[in-house]
Amino acid sequence: MASLRLPPTLTSLFPDLPRRVEVDASTVVGAIAELDDRWPGLGDRLLEPGPQLRPHIHVYIDGERAALESVVGDGSRLDVVAAISGG
Amino acid sequence: MARTVLLIGTRKGLFVVESDPGRTDWEIRGPFCESWPVYHAIHDQASGTIFAACASEWHGAAVWRSSDLGESWAFSSEGLGYGDDDPRKVSKISSLAVQGDRVLAGVEAPGIFESRDGGESWSLLSTLAGQPGSEEWNDPANQPPGHLGISALMPDPDEDASFFAIVQGVGAFETADAGESWTPRNRGLRADWPRPHEEVGFCVHRLVRAPTDRNRLYQQNHVGVHRSDDAGHSWTEITEGLPSEFGFAAAVHPHDRDTFYVIPLDPGHGRCMPEGHAAVWRTRDAGGSWQQLDRGLPTQHAHLGVLRAAMAIDDDDVPGLYFGTSTGQLYASIDEGDTWTELAGHLPPIWSVAVADVA
Repeated sequence: MASLRLPPTLTSLFPDLPRRVEVDASTVVGAIAELDDRWPGLGDRLLEPGPQLRPHIHVYIDGERAALESVVGDGSRLDVVAAISGG
Repeated sequence: MARTVLLIGTRKGLFVVESDPGRTDWEIRGPFCESWPVYHAIHDQASGTIFAACASEWHGAAVWRSSDLGESWAFSSEGLGYGDDDPRKVSKISSLAVQGDRVLAGVEAPGIFESRDGGESWSLLSTLAGQPGSEEWNDPANQPPGHLGISALMPDPDEDASFFAIVQGVGAFETADAGESWTPRNRGLRADWPRPHEEVGFCVHRLVRAPTDRNRLYQQNHVGVHRSDDAGHSWTEITEGLPSEFGFAAAVHPHDRDTFYVIPLDPGHGRCMPEGHAAVWRTRDAGGSWQQLDRGLPTQHAHLGVLRAAMAIDDDDVPGLYFGTSTGQLYASIDEGDTWTELAGHLPPIWSVAVADVA
């Protein structure tokens, strides 16, 4: 299991979606797929066709910038960040 | 007289502005849609649903909807995309329209999607493929960040399969078969730049149809104001008498096809009302002459811009006219534009104003 933290711009869109979610996935894209299963439509808020991460969505694994196929280890911390974008 | 409800799309969410029956006391609610940028919002009278075209810089584009005038909201982008194998992306939803039992959404990169389940899911209706200029407008180099793609949709009130679509910077197109085929409707328009295709290359900012005569159309163009008396098949310029040929917003009187409103703007970088003097301009003779309407509006140091979807008119016996500015002021006139009052002075930048047709 990994601990995934979400930005408030996302949690406000889905009922009962907490800021911190436990996920059982081996990659970032797998973690997002798991979230989309539990909160339908969530994947589209983080991913563009491709799939690829939306331009202002950044993901970190244990503090290191990650890509969709990056490996998520057991006990890892994932941070999904809505990056600087306008004012 | 029924209450009047306005839908104000802004860079920071949707606002609902509601009046008493006399249109003198107004209440503002919002922001809704989680303060996502709202490019356009409309009200479907049949279902009572507000639809808002939104695009978050973080979380992408979606159409939000509310069936209780803003008390509760849902959103969907299901089907609103070109697919994993298509280089085109839906960066924003720019325009909405209701026609019969479907909702239409115009998007950037240019395409039109439809929903037949009240906005819960969407499918691609048309990209106007094969029309002159379509290869150029699908080139990412021709799609700067502010590009709207399909900047407006205008359904035919009498024909469920007919509607106009504006491709920003290209021109107006009409379909008579629900998007299967298209015809450019730009004959007689002016363009002050080279055009590789005879029928397109025109910059149509706003297109409106007279409710009392389906053949009477008007448009505010990048270069000039134009009238059509044959449902858009040909156009005649009616700019003479206005202080500028440039502007975005336009509205036509609900009961008089010859009365039409525009807001001329400086065509340069400012794109504000000329000389800091706020005014709406009205013709009562189909463009033969123009009258400046500024009573109640600021006439000094008022460098206000009004975007293409940011003026609307209601259909009361004496119609009310409303416009919002790109600096967040909302103005109303309940006497056909003769006098104006400020309804709000500090909203976020206003991108669209629409009248909700509520009982």
